[in-house]
Amino acid sequence: MTTMFTPDHEWINIEDHEAAVVGITPHAQDALGDVVFVDLPEVGRTYKKGEVVGVVESVKAAADMYMPVEGEVVEVNEVLRKDPALVNRDPMGEGWFFKVHVTHMEQFDQLMDPPAYDALLKNL
Amino acid sequence: MSADLRHTPLHDLHVELGAKMMPFAGYEMPVNYPDGILAEHRQCRQAAALFDVSHMGQLRLKGDDAARALETLTPMDVVDLGVNKQRYALFTNSQGGLLDDLMITRRESDLLLIVNAACKDADVRHLVTHIGQRCTVVAMPERALLALQGPKAVMALSRLNAEIAPLTFMTGGAFRLAGVDCFVTRSGYTGEDGFEISVPADDAVVLAKTLLREPEVKPAGLGARDTLRLEAGLCLYGHDIDDKTTPIEAGLTWAIQKVRRPGGARAGRYPGAAAIEAQLATGTAIKRVGLVGLERVPVREGATIFDSHGHKLGHVTSGTIGPTVNKPIAMAYLAANHGSAHHEVYAEVRGNRYPMRVSAMPFSPHRYYRG
Repeated sequence: MTTMFTPDHEWINIEDHEAAVVGITPHAQDALGDVVFVDLPEVGRTYKKGEVVGVVESVKAAADMYMPVEGEVVEVNEVLRKDPALVNRDPMGEGWFFKVHVTHMEQFDQLMDPPAYDALLKNL
Repeated sequence: MSADLRHTPLHDLHVELGAKMMPFAGYEMPVNYPDGILAEHRQCRQAAALFDVSHMGQLRLKGDDAARALETLTPMDVVDLGVNKQRYALFTNSQGGLLDDLMITRRESDLLLIVNAACKDADVRHLVTHIGQRCTVVAMPERALLALQGPKAVMALSRLNAEIAPLTFMTGGAFRLAGVDCFVTRSGYTGEDGFEISVPADDAVVLAKTLLREPEVKPAGLGARDTLRLEAGLCLYGHDIDDKTTPIEAGLTWAIQKVRRPGGARAGRYPGAAAIEAQLATGTAIKRVGLVGLERVPVREGATIFDSHGHKLGHVTSGTIGPTVNKPIAMAYLAANHGSAHHEVYAEVRGNRYPMRVSAMPFSPHRYYRG
């Protein structure tokens, strides 16, 4: 199980060879504050790397969510629509956003590994 | 954080309490503390929240002619304002637009003005330029300002000085709190009962720490202040009102006393009186309204509002999901013929249109103490 990170403070975790899980990092949820709304991508649609796939909004601000790698969205976390604060409580676990079928593994490999992301956070 | 941002006297206390600091109106201010905006909002609705609003401008006008002079810059009745009475006021420009909104309190020997942080330097120049010959305008950077807001604010503050309890909404007086001479008004910007406390800057930390030791009180930042005032239907200068909006368009006609309206003993004779009186007589093309979302999507400042046929009606000036009302709420300027209560309109958010209903404000009922 490998988790990689993007400069936009998203994480992507390859669970198995079928689908990767995507969410936002503890840093991202902390910067946003209390999450009150999420807009999730369309299941069955293929998005390009870097395309806007969703929105996460706190009381104060809205932030776009970007596709970390190209692929088809195969599942979204429906629980977030009713309980968006789950993103604050468990950003790396129960607060995941969607699952994507990864077709270009090299895009995954080019993302930041945990030490690289930690270094990014230290330099903020 | 940028080095040229100003600090309030409570800056180090905010940092010590774990606040997230952000630039606001030239100051580094707490947006929220570790509990977060939602918890701080609820704290204020249910118990008591302490806000640092020392970035706001505190000014004094001194001199026998001060009230009369001030009436040349505002459509409010200042002359008849009784001692220790407070009043909401507006500075207007020659077109009837708003230069700032403020609170005026008549004290024994002066008028105390509380103005917006972003406007305070311009307000002082405006006052000195136009009425500096008739009264003395004194900025008070040596004072901090704390707001203690919420249904239990009176319990907490009474423990420091029981004499504050009989104060009613929009009145004030000088009180000693935690050994410090303060000027306290029973007012605020949250829709709740509460107090604003003008305190010498050097004593602000002691007073804040004393208040935070009271069991009802927790600190709250500008994030919660914004959601609270929006639920209370109160305008934020620079967003819901500005130099392009008149008091009539903004729905602030109530703030203009009869004595300053046509037919009143001291009618007119303030900047923009002609424009404002014309709107009083014939109405306005646009008006500020409250909107409640019928779907749970936040509608924020800048969103365009349409009617059911796709005609543009106006735009949103403030909006969020109201933590207490638990629905999307917003203020918007709409074509006046679409501004009646219960009218359904559509807000465009990221290319989609979501239904909203024109709603009376406040969204969350005011709970002021009127005695």
